[in-house]
Amino acid sequence: MAQNDASGGALSAADPAGPAAIEAAHLVKQYKQTRAVDNVSFRIARGSITGLLGGNGAGKTTTIAMIMGLVLPTSGRIRVLGHPMPQERAHVLGRMNFESPYVDMPMRLTVRQNLTIFGRLYAVKNLAERIRELSSDLDLDDFLDRPNGKLSAGQKTRVALAKALVNQPELLLLDEPTASLDPDTADWVREHLETYRKTHDATILLASHNMFEVERLCDRVIILKRGRIEEDDSPDGIMARYSRANLEEVFLDVARGRVEVPAS
Amino acid sequence: MSELSLDRGISFQRIGAMILRYWYLLLSSWPRLLELMYWPILQVITWGFLQSYIAQNAGYFARAGGTLIGAVILWDILFRGQLGFSVSFLEEMWARNLGNLMMSPLKPIEFLLALMAMSIIRLALGVIPMTLLALYVFDFNFYGLGLPAIAFFCNLIFTSWAVGIFVSGLVLRNGLGAESIVWTLMFGLLPLACVYYPVKVLPLWLQPVAWCLPPTYVFEGLRSLLTDHVFRGDLMLWALVINAVLLAASFAAFIALLNSARRHGSLLGGGE
Repeated sequence: MAQNDASGGALSAADPAGPAAIEAAHLVKQYKQTRAVDNVSFRIARGSITGLLGGNGAGKTTTIAMIMGLVLPTSGRIRVLGHPMPQERAHVLGRMNFESPYVDMPMRLTVRQNLTIFGRLYAVKNLAERIRELSSDLDLDDFLDRPNGKLSAGQKTRVALAKALVNQPELLLLDEPTASLDPDTADWVREHLETYRKTHDATILLASHNMFEVERLCDRVIILKRGRIEEDDSPDGIMARYSRANLEEVFLDVARGRVEVPAS
Repeated sequence: MSELSLDRGISFQRIGAMILRYWYLLLSSWPRLLELMYWPILQVITWGFLQSYIAQNAGYFARAGGTLIGAVILWDILFRGQLGFSVSFLEEMWARNLGNLMMSPLKPIEFLLALMAMSIIRLALGVIPMTLLALYVFDFNFYGLGLPAIAFFCNLIFTSWAVGIFVSGLVLRNGLGAESIVWTLMFGLLPLACVYYPVKVLPLWLQPVAWCLPPTYVFEGLRSLLTDHVFRGDLMLWALVINAVLLAASFAAFIALLNSARRHGSLLGGGE
């Protein structure tokens, strides 16, 4: 079992080589009586897709929020794209972006207006051209001038993805990117994320409850339970260690504490 | 863990983007536009008729023509200025858009500057029709006050921003459960700022408290101008000094509340 890093180096055997997009060392987040994240360390290589798994309350959203700087850790260190967070967040916020079910785009503004505003906030050059490009890539043409509040869930997800990609981020943080989507739209989103990673050599960290999604997309999986890292390996490595055919079975084993796995 | 500090340098492009965001919102919603004008017009009509009645029946007020209606207009600049600031901030909370903004390169100072600009735009939409109504229906020319009107306006708008920044910080930290403070806090200043009566009316022990508030100097200045025809520059300077202190304190409080919101995870929710 991977552990909550005893060395302080925040590295595990599963980390691919190469410069890190994210380095988290001994992260702790304490909310009054609740320890949401408990001494978590990991290092995410640039150009990789990493899945953050765990049940409700496992600490996934808090971990991502700390990486983004929306939540301050109680203790521990985070470096994003080589800069310490949150002290140097101004240096990296323009190079990263995110999508989360905890935020919405303004409902009364049209899709084009929303993308224009976020494009300007991220100082995107040739913004009109970039919006045309995103509209074409993410199939937004039919509702580009419709208010965001009048879109279907699938359309809203595509718009949120367009916003997350407007600045062509080097690092993309996604919190349940396909939650509440039908299988077709969800598959379409996954395909687009894979393509974006390949074409932009981007790093993606995604929190998800969808095991199929994680198996398909991720080079590496970190499983959290009660704020601590329970597993940290490639999907195949984890499945082999648990002698399971898919991540869903592994997830249930971990969540219910059913299997004793020898430390790797 | 280190917290956020104020980064140096601001981007006018980002400030412009935020102003555009609120402008799009205003244009997309006629009730929002109507609301900006509705209350100021209602106020000036109510108080204008009251002033007309008093002027016909009381010698002092007849001589001090426009004292009441002038005070109503200045009070609305103060109140609407703060609302213009705070409501634009609340729009982000209502839209659950704050996380997007906080994760973008937009700096807190740029966000606040955009909100200040929006407070002036919203104020203009509400107060200009109000002053025109006062001119044509009640024969009170606010613009005829000349340069003192600019001094009054600047001091009141500075106070409204200071209150708006502080209140927005409270909402940021405590979520929409603190929204009612946005609508009510300024009314707490109404009796102490001596909007409709001179400071000497207050009990002696309360007068020093009143003189701690910049609007008190403005309303005293207005009465001095209309009744004695004297512009009290000294009052305006005192108001300016106190406003500078209030603005610095409110900005420091906003940053402290933002950091507290990050510590407590309030930025993830923003709800009740």
